[in-house]
Amino acid sequence: MSTIDLKANGLPAHPERATQEGRAKLVGFWLYMSAEAVLFATFFGTFMTFRNSVNGGPTGAELFAIPMVLTATAILLVSSLTSVFAIMAMQRNQASKMRFWFAVTVLLGASFLGLEVYEFVEYVHEGHTFTSSPFGSSFYTLVGFHGAHVLFGVLWISTLLLRNINRPIDTYVAPKYYVASLYWHFVDLVWVFIFTIVYLFGMVG
Amino acid sequence: MEFSMKNWKTAGRYILLLVLAALTLTGCAGQENLSAMIPKGEGAEQQYDLIKLTTYIMLLVTAVVIILFVYALVKYRAKPGDKSIPKQVEGNAKLEFLWTAIPLVLIVIIAIPTVKSEFALADVPEDAMKIKVTANQFWWEFEYPDYGVITAQDMYMPVGDKVALELKSKDVIHSFWVPALGGKMDTNPDNVNKMWLQAKETGIYQGKCTELCGAGHALMDFKVVVVTQEEFDAWIEKMKNPENPAPPTAKAQEGQQIFEKSCMGCHATNGTGRSMGPNMKGFGDRSTVAGYLELNEENTMKWLKDPEKVKQQNKMPSPMQDLGLNEDQLSALTEYLLGLKLE
Amino acid sequence: MATSYLDKKFSLWDWLTTVDHKKIGTLYFFAGIFYFAVGGLEALFIRIQLMYPMNDFLDGETFNQMMTMHGTTMLFFAATPLLFGFMNWVVPLQIGARDVAFPFLNSLGFWMFFFGALLTNSSFFLGGAPQAGWTSYAPLALDYKGTDFFVLGLQISGAGTIMSAINFLTTIFTMRAPGMTLLRMPLFTWSTVVASALIMFAFTPLTGALFLLMFERMFDAKFFDVAAGGNVVLYEHIFWIFGHPEVYLLVLPAFGIISDVIAAVSRKRLFGYHSMVFATVLIGFIGFMVWAHHMFAVGMGPTVNSVFGIATMLVGVPTGIKVFNWIFTMIGGKVQFNTAGLFAISFIPSFVIGGVTGVMLASSVADFQFHDTYFVIAHFHYVIVGGIVQAVFAGMFYWWPKIFGKMLNETLGKWMFWLFLIGFNLTFYIQHYLGLWGMPRRVFTYLPNQGWDTANFVSTVGAFFMSAAVILLVINVAVTFARGEKAVQDPWYGRTLEWSIPSPPPEYNFARTPIVRSNDPWWYEKMQGKKEMQYAEPLSEIHMPNPSIIPLIMAFGTFIAGYGFIYTSWFGVFLGFGITGVCMFIRSIKDDHGQHVHPEGLHVEKGVHHSA
Repeated sequence: MSTIDLKANGLPAHPERATQEGRAKLVGFWLYMSAEAVLFATFFGTFMTFRNSVNGGPTGAELFAIPMVLTATAILLVSSLTSVFAIMAMQRNQASKMRFWFAVTVLLGASFLGLEVYEFVEYVHEGHTFTSSPFGSSFYTLVGFHGAHVLFGVLWISTLLLRNINRPIDTYVAPKYYVASLYWHFVDLVWVFIFTIVYLFGMVG
Repeated sequence: MEFSMKNWKTAGRYILLLVLAALTLTGCAGQENLSAMIPKGEGAEQQYDLIKLTTYIMLLVTAVVIILFVYALVKYRAKPGDKSIPKQVEGNAKLEFLWTAIPLVLIVIIAIPTVKSEFALADVPEDAMKIKVTANQFWWEFEYPDYGVITAQDMYMPVGDKVALELKSKDVIHSFWVPALGGKMDTNPDNVNKMWLQAKETGIYQGKCTELCGAGHALMDFKVVVVTQEEFDAWIEKMKNPENPAPPTAKAQEGQQIFEKSCMGCHATNGTGRSMGPNMKGFGDRSTVAGYLELNEENTMKWLKDPEKVKQQNKMPSPMQDLGLNEDQLSALTEYLLGLKLE
Repeated sequence: MATSYLDKKFSLWDWLTTVDHKKIGTLYFFAGIFYFAVGGLEALFIRIQLMYPMNDFLDGETFNQMMTMHGTTMLFFAATPLLFGFMNWVVPLQIGARDVAFPFLNSLGFWMFFFGALLTNSSFFLGGAPQAGWTSYAPLALDYKGTDFFVLGLQISGAGTIMSAINFLTTIFTMRAPGMTLLRMPLFTWSTVVASALIMFAFTPLTGALFLLMFERMFDAKFFDVAAGGNVVLYEHIFWIFGHPEVYLLVLPAFGIISDVIAAVSRKRLFGYHSMVFATVLIGFIGFMVWAHHMFAVGMGPTVNSVFGIATMLVGVPTGIKVFNWIFTMIGGKVQFNTAGLFAISFIPSFVIGGVTGVMLASSVADFQFHDTYFVIAHFHYVIVGGIVQAVFAGMFYWWPKIFGKMLNETLGKWMFWLFLIGFNLTFYIQHYLGLWGMPRRVFTYLPNQGWDTANFVSTVGAFFMSAAVILLVINVAVTFARGEKAVQDPWYGRTLEWSIPSPPPEYNFARTPIVRSNDPWWYEKMQGKKEMQYAEPLSEIHMPNPSIIPLIMAFGTFIAGYGFIYTSWFGVFLGFGITGVCMFIRSIKDDHGQHVHPEGLHVEKGVHHSA
């Protein structure tokens, strides 16, 4: 039985890594994210190869609804911030505050997805589809994959919230919340790259 | 120091390997006009020089390793029943340095001529005669844009001067290789690759497709026919002649009519026409039918009767099954085709 | 008297739900042997077809399927699980751990591999196996239905591989026994670290490449549609960014096995340990920077070719460092020629021959002749068969006693060794010449009168020798299980921690976590006159993971989804992913705190701990 130093709030300073299992989860998840980064890099490489292969269809500059994408970006960035607040609350053993901030994160994530779906529907009407050109195929693969990751994250955090709605924060559940928030940051970081490389560079041509 | 049977057996096994490796130096050179070890073109010569250089250096390395290895096995074999513990050695910094530095030096020795040759091989002369090579499943088209001539399967070129090849594919990735004359270059569907080729002697050189391209990949041979400049010019003139010899027999005439009805849509018979299938001008003078069968009546009939059997997955419609021709008609067609000689 | 992890009466349920790294290692190993036989049969068919010019044993299409599946099966479904088998068995034991960091994930990784392999191989019975080579270049691969089986099977199995790599790395980073610094780990564990890193960063580009193929075939994407602006060379780049590290991630664990076995059978510590570790890491690192040497003939230009050529040659340097260090481990030692030793020792010249032809291939100019010919086939079979396969055999004979508590038969082993050595040299040596004589690779037949006939015949004869050797191996395994000699705890007078526990080990490996005081920790204690390791903790209850059927079901769900994609059945896709999703959900919401077991001989007396 190892002794863990408890703080005044009843939890160790970093509950997510106070146990062997927790530490292993964090190391494992960082490794997983580095592997996923390479997968996204492959899709970025593919997109950059085909950014101008529009097969007679509309180009990025003609298509991209920048104000909407900017809004979606802001939403996702803020959701990353709210997930930070959630983890800070977790470390202070403030369960309801943590749940509140995670719920906000989920709502913001869902809004991001809604905007993205709307955006894609617009593009399809303008002739930019998955099968219309290499640009189309690589755009929807990259941005679509990212969207799928956002969806997965939304479902993941929601499941955590619902499952643990009546449970106190402890060293068993803390790594689960922490890993979910790491995932969320990762997804946000990938979006920053997408926003820059796909949308901003696309506008500049 | 006692050497038991086992000792010698193991040592012997590796000395044998060494001997085999030494045979590499004297090894059978292969068949002329096919083997890369009997280079007959400037490109192949440069490549052969590097093959030799790397082989010698690597044989040296292998010999050093095997000698040390055999020494270790023979001298330090545990005698049966000996349970003693030998001195435990952590390592030796000097040795580590040595076997890091020496390989690096060897690499420099290989790298310098490699890079030099790379750039020389990539330098396609502006004024060389162009040949546009288009690879198909499973045949080769050769176009001479300077003369407006198109042919298939046999690539004519004059001896001595470099020719500038422009390589592309109509469908999947293939690769153009004439081992005795030069190295290979892939033919991609989405870009043109450029490579020069040069032959020092006249003759017929074997060409191979060297990128898996389907079931017919192994049967996609072509020939490079290297002739004197005069012979080449004469060939070009003949290819440009829009007339073909008149079919001498009634059967051959019938064959011509069948050809014009059923085959002309895909196969041109004048040496300047572009067609989906191989250009048939001078077919009767070629070395093969279907790229690998000896050109004669039997094989031509074999091909026409069932192309899928001769070259699985090829794209020509079957004259019997798809075009409704019968065996007599194919026989007439064969006679006509074999008469399509250059004049 | 200790109970081993194998002592329970055999129960299928036990093996299907196990999360014990030793059992999972066994599952991997036997699956690997099975697919090695399948791949070997495919090779035999290839060689029979090529025995004579214009042979008609197999037609072009069938041959291309055999050739494709031979490569795919051997690399993904034989070599990888065999090596994962060793990594699973040995790494936790070598670092003094009781299991891997994520036992549930370990099981999931195995079942993903299992179902992926099954899916790809089922193609033979469902309309034809993939036939575009294990490299599956676009656009050729897009023409065949078999490609769908290739893509989906490898996606599933590849996901399992990535999971296992993350597992091994986490285990090694977080679960080493006290005193085992990174630079005291055995070379096999080190090679697992580097190989796992390579898997993580190489299999993900493969995943990308497979998605591109899948989307092109199934959803009409335009990545490789040249008329629409697509680019087929892109596929080659992505594939080889995976493909080159792939071969290094297979060979590095083989190197690790050789390092451990040579030190053990020479009774001498590994010469130049720090150099060996450094060389392993360097090979892994450089391995990511050489991929385009598979593409010298693609037309990338002389500058690109030169850069990649030089980088490729450089990889020879750390590899050479390793070879010399192995030889100098033997020099001054007392080398024993048991079967494990024979294979490990034979590895050296065999691998070196393959390695030097690699340096020859690195010269891009020479490669213009070598590329896509039998010379390349000779090169990689020397390093894979002469190298990796011999290392796997060495590891088998070396670790079998520890894992199964029995010694593999030495007589059968020695016969197998010689048959295999003769066979593989007969088959592949002559192929170096065939390549230079003009014979391209992946050809289902060849014309007579080109001077290739005798060489091809000889090459086929060698294949029969190798088959005989593998049959002897299977007989050896069966006979050993039936009535093999029982193994003692430390049959080789070993150096590393796995030899400090019983053969086979108890379920929890170490009753008490050992303290590591040196490199080769077990050897160190023995040289100090000790009969067992010193311990870091008193004897007490041990926390072990719970078995679970969920990994199998989860993997099965992806299997169903795979068929759904192949047959464009959205029902299949949703059913399959649904099964997987439900399993993930259940796993998330059910708490799993593991269980506690009593180690052998634990009496809890006040202040005193006895072990039996």
